[in-house]
Amino acid sequence: MTSELDIFVGNTTLIDEDVYRLWLDGYSVTDAVALRVRSGILEQTGATAAVLQSDTMDHYRTFHMLERLLHAPPKLLHQLIFQIPPSRQALLIERYYAFDEAFVWEVLGKKLSKGTKKDLDDISTKTGITLKSCRRQFDNFKRVFKVVEEMRGSLVDNIQQHFLLSDRLARDYAAIVFFANNRFETGKKKLQYLSFGDFAFCAELMIQNGTLGAVDSQMDDMDMDLDKEFLQDMKELKVLAADKDLLDLHKSLVCTALLGKLGVFSEMEANFKNLSRGLVNVAAKLTHNKDVRDLFVDLVEKFVEPCRSDHWPLSDVRFFLNQYSASVHSLDGFRHQALWDRYMGTLRGCLLRLYHD
Amino acid sequence: MPGKLKVKIVAGRHLPVMDRASDLTDAFVEVKFGNTTFKTDVYLKSLNPQWNSEWFKFEVDDEDLQDEPLQITVLDHDTYSANDAIGKVYIDIDPLLYSEAATVISGWFPIYDTIHGIRGEINVVVKVDLFNDLNRFRQSSCGVKFFCTTSIPKCYRAVIIHGFVEELVVNEDPEYQWIDRIRTPRASNEARQRLISLMSGELQRKIGLKVLEMRGNAVVGYLQCFDLEGESGLVVRAIGTACTLDKLSSPAAFLPACNSPSKEMKESPLVHPPSHGCRSTHNSPIHTATGSRLTQNFSVSVPTLIYTGMGSGSAGKEGGPFKALLRQQTQSALEQREFPFFTLTAFPPGFLVHVGGVVSARSVKLLDRIHNPDEPETRDAWWAEIRQEIKSHAKALGCHAVVGYSESTSICEEVCILSASGTAAVLNPRFLQDGTVEGCLEQRLEENLSTRCGFCHIPYDELNMPFPAHLTYCYNCRKQKVPDVLFTTIDLPTDATVIGKGCLIQARLCRLKKKAQAEANATAISNLLPFMEYEVHTQLMNKLKLKGMNALFGLRIQITVGENMLMGLASATGVYLAALPTPGGIQIAGKTPNDGSYEQHISHMQKKINDTIAKNKELYEINPPEISEEIIGSPIPEPRQRSRLLRSQSESSDEVTELDLSHGKKDAFVLEIDDTDAMEDVHSLLTDVPPPSGFYSCNTEIMPGINNWTSEIQMFTSVRVIRLSSLNLTNQALNKNFNDLCENLLKSLYFKLRSMIPCCLCHVNFTVSLPEDELIQVTVTAVAITFDKNQALQTTKTSVEKSLQRASTDNEELLQFPLELCSDSLPSHPFPPVKEHLESASSNSGIPAAQRDRCSSWIELIKLKAQTIRRGSIKTTVTVEKASPVGDGNFRNRSAPPCANSTVGVVKMTPLSFIPGAKITKYLGIINMFFIRETTSLREEGGVSGFLHAFIAEVFAMVRAHVAALGGNAVVSYIMKQCVFMENPNKNQAQCLINVSGDAVVFVRESDLEVVSSQQPTTNCQSSCTEGEVTT
Repeated sequence: MTSELDIFVGNTTLIDEDVYRLWLDGYSVTDAVALRVRSGILEQTGATAAVLQSDTMDHYRTFHMLERLLHAPPKLLHQLIFQIPPSRQALLIERYYAFDEAFVWEVLGKKLSKGTKKDLDDISTKTGITLKSCRRQFDNFKRVFKVVEEMRGSLVDNIQQHFLLSDRLARDYAAIVFFANNRFETGKKKLQYLSFGDFAFCAELMIQNGTLGAVDSQMDDMDMDLDKEFLQDMKELKVLAADKDLLDLHKSLVCTALLGKLGVFSEMEANFKNLSRGLVNVAAKLTHNKDVRDLFVDLVEKFVEPCRSDHWPLSDVRFFLNQYSASVHSLDGFRHQALWDRYMGTLRGCLLRLYHD
Repeated sequence: MPGKLKVKIVAGRHLPVMDRASDLTDAFVEVKFGNTTFKTDVYLKSLNPQWNSEWFKFEVDDEDLQDEPLQITVLDHDTYSANDAIGKVYIDIDPLLYSEAATVISGWFPIYDTIHGIRGEINVVVKVDLFNDLNRFRQSSCGVKFFCTTSIPKCYRAVIIHGFVEELVVNEDPEYQWIDRIRTPRASNEARQRLISLMSGELQRKIGLKVLEMRGNAVVGYLQCFDLEGESGLVVRAIGTACTLDKLSSPAAFLPACNSPSKEMKESPLVHPPSHGCRSTHNSPIHTATGSRLTQNFSVSVPTLIYTGMGSGSAGKEGGPFKALLRQQTQSALEQREFPFFTLTAFPPGFLVHVGGVVSARSVKLLDRIHNPDEPETRDAWWAEIRQEIKSHAKALGCHAVVGYSESTSICEEVCILSASGTAAVLNPRFLQDGTVEGCLEQRLEENLSTRCGFCHIPYDELNMPFPAHLTYCYNCRKQKVPDVLFTTIDLPTDATVIGKGCLIQARLCRLKKKAQAEANATAISNLLPFMEYEVHTQLMNKLKLKGMNALFGLRIQITVGENMLMGLASATGVYLAALPTPGGIQIAGKTPNDGSYEQHISHMQKKINDTIAKNKELYEINPPEISEEIIGSPIPEPRQRSRLLRSQSESSDEVTELDLSHGKKDAFVLEIDDTDAMEDVHSLLTDVPPPSGFYSCNTEIMPGINNWTSEIQMFTSVRVIRLSSLNLTNQALNKNFNDLCENLLKSLYFKLRSMIPCCLCHVNFTVSLPEDELIQVTVTAVAITFDKNQALQTTKTSVEKSLQRASTDNEELLQFPLELCSDSLPSHPFPPVKEHLESASSNSGIPAAQRDRCSSWIELIKLKAQTIRRGSIKTTVTVEKASPVGDGNFRNRSAPPCANSTVGVVKMTPLSFIPGAKITKYLGIINMFFIRETTSLREEGGVSGFLHAFIAEVFAMVRAHVAALGGNAVVSYIMKQCVFMENPNKNQAQCLINVSGDAVVFVRESDLEVVSSQQPTTNCQSSCTEGEVTT
């Protein structure tokens, strides 16, 4: 006796959260059944393995049918075929677009093209995430990217509107899209200690301050691209490192202000010129795409690592950065105060976030 | 020219990409009704076109309005080649044709294609202007309301229940016409869908005409089925119960003082308009002149032997003469009808007087080509024959009517089994005819008599029983006789006293049969049928006893014929009726004596069976009160065997053999294990596992013993097909396979719905078909309803208490007892002042002056009061428990909007006639839809499971969309009447036909009706008053 056909269709579509998770995680029906058996569900419910198999198959089929709609979440809301309560719809969408930290790490800042897709196999092996799940996550990134790529207005809002994601998840996607668009290098060994959250935080700051949409709310579009003009203007900041007098003056201002307040004062004093030069050069170089990509590598290399090797506590870093950016206002010969504030405002936030073990 | 149909095409959305180059679609719409077609403009390059068309107007006559569906086709415009069809929407405009239902159909409809399924949606507005006057309107059957619900619909009151209406139409099946060889599958499917839609419309119109002739205004329990007879054609047939319904209007208004049905009718001429010319093509004797009925009331009946013996035996003081009178009266009303059948399964209080038992008839026919579609006489004659048989069975049981009546067919190649079954019953004439003033007196007497156990009392003469049965005095009133087991096809009457909970009981059976042709095949089948009936019956009986119960409700026996086997599946809900005696156990006896180990084995089995019975009694909370022998009186000295089933089957040759299903003259119920077969049987008895804790199941509307439903419901359809290994199939192996299939299916359902615990699967409806040689298909539709466990326990307790106490009180006390119970044992009762309230109500307005005058003495007045109070209190309990589908009738129509806020309004679907925790405020019309889906890329669509899963989901979606467009938010009495699935995996093809129906309704959550809670006592007392009035 073999079962040829076995289906269950409810007027309200039944969604089993556990099975949904297994499906999203890319397990085959057989593996999912095995995992469910291990969870002790048979003992709890007194069901048989055959029942579990049939139930799992059924849910998988439903999810498979829903997947097409999940690709454009507003469709899920308006479709008539599956009657799903709104709370469940939200859950389906949110979980579908959720991603693994390990996976996002691998693709963050990479071009979301087909070429990378071939690497999914490697990522899968490396991270232990099933290929199916990798593909879903990658396709999600790509899909969101494609949809919002050419759109005007706030990136987060656009994502939220077109994919009906929660605020948090939409922000994460904004970061992913932003990173993918600007192709920031994140894969270097130096950056391994950072979490996705760190990058997402920086991305958000950069979107707020460093993009076209940030300066002029009138022409609010292109949250994704960094403000080219701004980047160009930042060349002017070079003077802070290149002009020796200015650099010395800056140093003395900072040192005077921080004297006695900093545990690592001597280290700071010794390193000031290197650090300052590093930060200013990062800004000045951002006109080149290559250097934009290396932004995070540079920041870690030029600032985070030197400080860390001198064992600066985070509070000292904060003191220093505050003073460092504020003191520029007292530099008479320096004319680009506004530019500097915009740059340092973002940078200070990023650096503080990046500064940890 | 009585009608103008107006259609506006607003917009489309989510259309499929039809032009690969642009990834867009140039869509336009064709709107067709009858032979007229309109087109919208082409909306270029969009998947979400906004046509916003003008109003397309069709001027049509009402016959077409009833028959024809509105056909909307969405196409993709193509300059160089033929336009591609995207899909179609068929809209049945019938709901717009009666005044109380929907006034406009407006909403998003899924665009359906028989090859691709749903492809986007279209927004359509449909209106009908009827510019004829009422009289002309009445000439067609447009005004007749149809309900699938097999009880009196919630917001209506039955003035008269006229009786059985039936009709069938035949045609050639387009799938089998020569033209099918040259046209595309799509064209062929669409031709079929359209034809069935047309035939359904025609059928409904014809039935409507019959109803008008009977002077009714509605059909309740309307069941339409189609038989795919293959080469020989297509039959669409329908049965129903014609009624005169009265809309319950304002909830506040008290009904007029003297509310006897007769008055009602005289006052409302609309209900009985003057008779008009009949356009029905084929007449039946039902159409006797209705005018003469009044005078015939008491004149006709010549009671037969069975009847005369009846009342005198044990009926008690006033019962005897009264009963005879009642019988005469009812009989006369029914005798005018060719078939005194009722498709209803639940009845207004007092309608059902006695229940005899299940009657059924089957007949095996050989199909031949229907030569002339306009003369469906052959099929008519077949059914007439079967109905005649049913009628005579009912008569043999001393009953003049059949309730819970249904008909079905099973077709395999050219052999067709026609089946009909129902429950023989004695009915109260009050609802059947234009009641007379004289009738009132008897009716009151009758009311006194018909206590909660009345329906269990035997209607036949105990000295002259149609079959051997074991009778005892009723355990409730101890005045009348009752059988020891009762089988019925109806729902449990709401006022019946049940101990514990009920459960789903199934008998499953397979029989191999040799492949044969034509007559030989038919003969083989008809030879097998009696054995199957017998075995199914035995199984049911055994399982019932194993559960420790004594009655079956909602019994449905399905016999399915296949190429090489017959399948029997009987489902019913077992309960313990307090009025019937405690069932005896099951004894096992071995045939081979003097064998030690064998004896041991037998005793082991016996122990197991006894244990199971004990366990089941505990599980279903069956603990009937102990009653000492003296109270009951000595059992009637007739220790013979039982059977409530009387059936027969006949072959085409009119030869009727009656099957006696009693088991000889054995004292106890003994199972003899004489061979391995019997052993198997005993084993299979014990293999049925009870549902996991927290789950209950039944196939009736509501679960006896559970009354506090919460509002969560989940309707579902589950389909399974298994392939039998063709090697050495034996009956046993087959039985085991089939049994496992059903059990596993149930287990799967319990598992899937575990999040709803505690819950009950209600209206579990199994259908078996044999699509191919080695395939068995089982389709289940049911609804899971959650309930509140804590309250459930409480009510069960009280019900046990009730029965306990009832058993020890005498009749006089009984009258007042439930009231005490209400106020005492339910301290948390939401309406503590019921007693006072009722009393004041009955003294103030409850019993109007007119009636008080009629009560000849103050004693009568007191009696009447007591009765009123009793009724009121019962009613209150019932309402609080939210259990009574009938009792809810007095919550009148309230026009509150459906409570859906999300983007797509939620539409509930349920096979039940009610929605727990909600009030149905409006019936919008019948939903009757037929779909075909075909694929030539089965693998790509996820195999057979993927294909059917998607199709059923689509069918649900289309039903919901139609309901929503009518302005409704639920479908009640939903039923999937047919799900024919055919596959050809080698060709990567599959085809499926689905036919569903139900009633579109508007419901309002009880929680949304804050007013109701404060009004409830009033309404209750009102209902009691109303009843009081009717009785006097």
